[in-house]
Amino acid sequence: MNAQTSFILKLVALAVIACVPLSGESFYIELVGKVLVMAIFAMSLDLLVGFTGLVSFGHAAYFGIAAYAVAILSPQYEAASLWYVLPASIGLAALAAFVIGLFVLRTKGIYFIMVTLAFAQMAYFIFHDTPLGGGSDGTYLNNKPSSAIFGWEPFDLNNEIHMFYFILVTLIVVYLFLARVLQSPFGRVLVGIKSNEHRMQSLGYFTFRYKLGAFTLAGGLGGLAGFLYATLFGFVTPELLSWHESGNVLLMVILGGMGNLAGVIAGAFAFELMREVFADITKYWQLLMGGVIVAVVLFLPGGLAGIPGRIKRAMHGGESK
Amino acid sequence: MSQTNNKEVLLQADKLTRRFGGLVANQDISVTLERGMIHVLLGPNGAGKSTCINMLSGDLPPSEGKIHFMGEDITRLTAAQRSQVGIGRSYQRTNIFPQFSVLENVRLAAQSRRQDPWRIFSKAMEAKWALEKARACIDEAGLGKRVDWVSGVLSHGEQRQLEVAMVLATDAQVLLLDEPLAGMGSEESASMVEVLKRLRQTRGILLVEHDMDAVFAVADMITVMVNGQLLECGPPAQIKASVAVQQAYLGTEESFHV
Repeated sequence: MNAQTSFILKLVALAVIACVPLSGESFYIELVGKVLVMAIFAMSLDLLVGFTGLVSFGHAAYFGIAAYAVAILSPQYEAASLWYVLPASIGLAALAAFVIGLFVLRTKGIYFIMVTLAFAQMAYFIFHDTPLGGGSDGTYLNNKPSSAIFGWEPFDLNNEIHMFYFILVTLIVVYLFLARVLQSPFGRVLVGIKSNEHRMQSLGYFTFRYKLGAFTLAGGLGGLAGFLYATLFGFVTPELLSWHESGNVLLMVILGGMGNLAGVIAGAFAFELMREVFADITKYWQLLMGGVIVAVVLFLPGGLAGIPGRIKRAMHGGESK
Repeated sequence: MSQTNNKEVLLQADKLTRRFGGLVANQDISVTLERGMIHVLLGPNGAGKSTCINMLSGDLPPSEGKIHFMGEDITRLTAAQRSQVGIGRSYQRTNIFPQFSVLENVRLAAQSRRQDPWRIFSKAMEAKWALEKARACIDEAGLGKRVDWVSGVLSHGEQRQLEVAMVLATDAQVLLLDEPLAGMGSEESASMVEVLKRLRQTRGILLVEHDMDAVFAVADMITVMVNGQLLECGPPAQIKASVAVQQAYLGTEESFHV
């Protein structure tokens, strides 16, 4: 697939998504909104898994920390300012990622996976078992943040359509931001670290700093997704930080194709839609989901992002006969 | 041959010892590398050559001993820090980024000299200085025709040349090359020898090598190791004539001409 076709395909997909609110069906608007939030979450993890080679199994921690931050920072009977809670929740998630990164990035491979999981479990229990989080039922966000600037309100997040487009625009900004970061000297180093970290060190790179930068950035963007989730649904529970969520977002990345931002967005769509469809068919939907994941890993190693290349190769094979 | 009239010691290792549990892989190894010189580390398999080069490059901390680079004690520096002061190395097994182009491999090496990780909005490919430097180093390593190739598809010999280009792009004054000629055909090997001779003029090169013909073709100084110990050190003629070396490693006279 050349760059032009790829670009047109992405624009078409974007146009289709942008038309969802026209349906007027709250169910679909909220569902697709949720998928877009998960897509942002998955892209943030892809920065680690797909581009830096760091398989974090605790990424839900940063999502959940930011989601709780919105609920906790918002006053009980009035709306908080978006321009305060948004940067604050992202900042707290990034700060947590920075501090946790200082420890976990000293480990490698399977140990890294286990230690990221362990820190996420600690975060889970903080919100589950201390007065901070409101126990296993979680806590409500009574008023969604207000976008008012000196009395002028450009959009209203209580309006489901405004909320939807707010998420969509955020997704586009995150996509363009990450695409740009990956073109930067910083991004090139991350890809080099994924390929061969030892070689990068012998070339004189202090790889720990770059990995810490990536981990913090991914935590912050994961936090952005958590902020959107809390704002979209108006409540948060400790389950947002559970290892199931960390596993789900990892599956979205694998399903979509590690190291491909657009593919990972597709992965988030595929995952959430399968969950909806399979859950309609049977309560054992996770069995079906598991089967699909196994099939993708076996037969589609590049994930959904690998499909266009396969079609192209198949067509070229046909022409040469 | 060697420019012995104005000696400048670049790298000096004093009595390096490395133990792995009870095994002494290197014992009291001292090596001196001067600018303008190719110093070859020679020895049979298991002699401890790789352990030695790993200690010099910072991949392995020595158990005892000191390493100085241009007068500075660098014994405790990490591999990345040593690269920053001017010691570059290549590995025994080809160690490149196979999915990147030749240019990107070397550009990444060049970029390591000006690291500002927090500038995440500039475009890497717009940093002209790094591109120009990469191109110059690729030329210097004799790989000018392959700039835009994906490095994974290069021949084995070309990949070794690429490694040399990467080391050059880090402004290394000392090149530590682990078997740069291993697995090369005679033609590739000859062209690499030419490259090494050219690079020697302004730098110091320490290489581990098995290829006898090449060793005597390029070496200004040879250190022979056996069983982790330093057996003899001297110019090629002395090593060739040494009875001890012949007994320990070179065997019969014929093996020179294999």
